Amino acid sequence: MTKIVYVATDGSRTEVEARDGDSVMRTALANDVEGIVGECGGSMMCATCHVIVDEAWAEKVGPRSDGEEDLLDGAATEPRPTSRLSCQITVRPELDGLVVHLPEAQM
Amino acid sequence: MQNQRIVIVGAGHAAVQLVASLRQEGHAGEILLVGDEPGLPYQRPPLSKGFMKDGDADRLALRPASFYEKNAITRLDGVRVTAVDRAERVLTTADGERIGYDQLVLATGARNVRPPIEGADHASVVELRTLAHAEDIRKRLARARRAIVVGGGFIGLEFAAMAEAAGVATVVLEAGARLMARAVSPAISERFLSLHRAAGTTIRLDAAAARIEAPGGGAPDRVTLADGEVLEGDVVLVATGVRPNVELAQAAGLAVDNGIVVDGQLATADPAISAIGDCASVPGPLGTHMRLESVQAATDQARHLARRLQHGASEAFEAVPWFWSDQGDAKLQIAGLTTAADAWQPVGEDVVIGLRSGRLISVETINQPGPHMAARKLLAAAEPVSAAELAAADWDLRALAKERQGAAGPARPEAARTAP
Ligand SMILES: Cc1cc2nc3c(=O)[nH]c(=O)nc-3n(C[C@H](O)[C@H](O)[C@H](O)COP(=O)(O)OP(=O)(O)OC[C@H]3O[C@@H](n4cnc5c(N)ncnc54)[C@H](O)[C@@H]3O)c2cc1C
Repeated sequence: MTKIVYVATDGSRTEVEARDGDSVMRTALANDVEGIVGECGGSMMCATCHVIVDEAWAEKVGPRSDGEEDLLDGAATEPRPTSRLSCQITVRPELDGLVVHLPEAQM
Repeated sequence: MQNQRIVIVGAGHAAVQLVASLRQEGHAGEILLVGDEPGLPYQRPPLSKGFMKDGDADRLALRPASFYEKNAITRLDGVRVTAVDRAERVLTTADGERIGYDQLVLATGARNVRPPIEGADHASVVELRTLAHAEDIRKRLARARRAIVVGGGFIGLEFAAMAEAAGVATVVLEAGARLMARAVSPAISERFLSLHRAAGTTIRLDAAAARIEAPGGGAPDRVTLADGEVLEGDVVLVATGVRPNVELAQAAGLAVDNGIVVDGQLATADPAISAIGDCASVPGPLGTHMRLESVQAATDQARHLARRLQHGASEAFEAVPWFWSDQGDAKLQIAGLTTAADAWQPVGEDVVIGLRSGRLISVETINQPGPHMAARKLLAAAEPVSAAELAAADWDLRALAKERQGAAGPARPEAARTAP
């Protein structure tokens, strides 16, 4: 089990135990974390699972894929340098303790 | 409408979004979600995509059980509603239970059509709409070497791509002249025809199935074509489209015309009854009623209805339709109403722009999320996009979307840039 921390815009933190192999988006939905929609279910179609990876984790999480870049461009909240689509981040043991920030809006 | 009791029939994509949005909008009254399928409401799109591969049903739940508890949603699963008494505002279930409502929402979705092909309703001919179907298909596929798909639409083709990739030799029979003809442009049909053929799938166009035999007990299934040719397979999937579940509404005397007819507020003629999702026929942008079968339509309608039920009527429902279909490595994305186009402009191999009366109405893309997102923005704009404007931008949707955004000033509030 890998711990993932979601930080809402008001600063409140939700820590959940994630299943390795799941995406950070799926983990949020499975644990009832508000602020992630995931409308397309992880098909990289909708940009409603936008998260801003904490600076300290950005390198470990890795860069965006091509298509992800394009979708983030269309996200409801202006993407920041470490913005990712959380459906594209796979939970794995090295990410234990990962901190992601939620954007103001997903739609 | 604060303390009204809202009852939703059907527990699919539309219903689950509706209950979430109702609570978000501040509805404090009782909410009952009544669905006839067992277990937690789940996502359907993966059934013909990732689920075929991994078989992981846990990943499909739309929301965890805790969501319904936390939001005080009473969830009745495995319960079928059989009648609506509009005068008394009471539902009857298959078990004879009676459930009263102040507001009723029909989100009953759709079911597969059984085409007029002899034997298509045989028990061992498979179909795909529910998790139960998908689990059955996975079991059958594990033992199959050859599959036959009747119907070259989205679901048949998504299934074929998964089956072929899993090493099952797959034949798709399409009665019409091209693939996905109800929903995509001819150029896209053509592209997918070559993609599937390149992946090894056999695609037969103008191939009408006349009879299906599925004897079971180890004997192969057989599909006889209209011209007498016989094909053999280990599993036959019939995927020839859906029909909306309108019977409850019809029996209750509500208007039905390819779906439960609603107005721009998603209400039926009975102010206490609304309908959303695959089962609803909704006024569309072209001045006619339309029934869309997509997650986007289901969830956008749910959000609109939640606002109306909580805060009263406002502007009519309007949303840019979008849809996707993953077939092998090709991700097809559709924005707008492809079928309403009267002209198509291909841009390279992977983008097709649809026009209606010289205005942008749809964009189909393959593995091109950037142009797809740009298309959604352009289609949502108050000012329609003309063919001339597109031509002036060299048919570059992203460039045009940026240009228009620049002209209109930043679309997003400055504050968004500094947080969190
Ligand atoms: C295999 C598959 C793949 C798909 N892929 C995509 C895709 O890639 N992209 C996309 O946008 N869309 C896709 N779709 C379509 C999408 O799933 C539907 O548009 C969506 O599910 C519609 O939501 P809904 O809530 O209106 O209906 P549904 O999700 O069908 O839910 C309706 C529910 O109501 C229940 N019900 C009906 N009558 C009663 C009754 N009398 N009493 C109690 N319960 C009742 C039904 O059993 C069902 O559970 C796909 C569909 C399938 C089957």
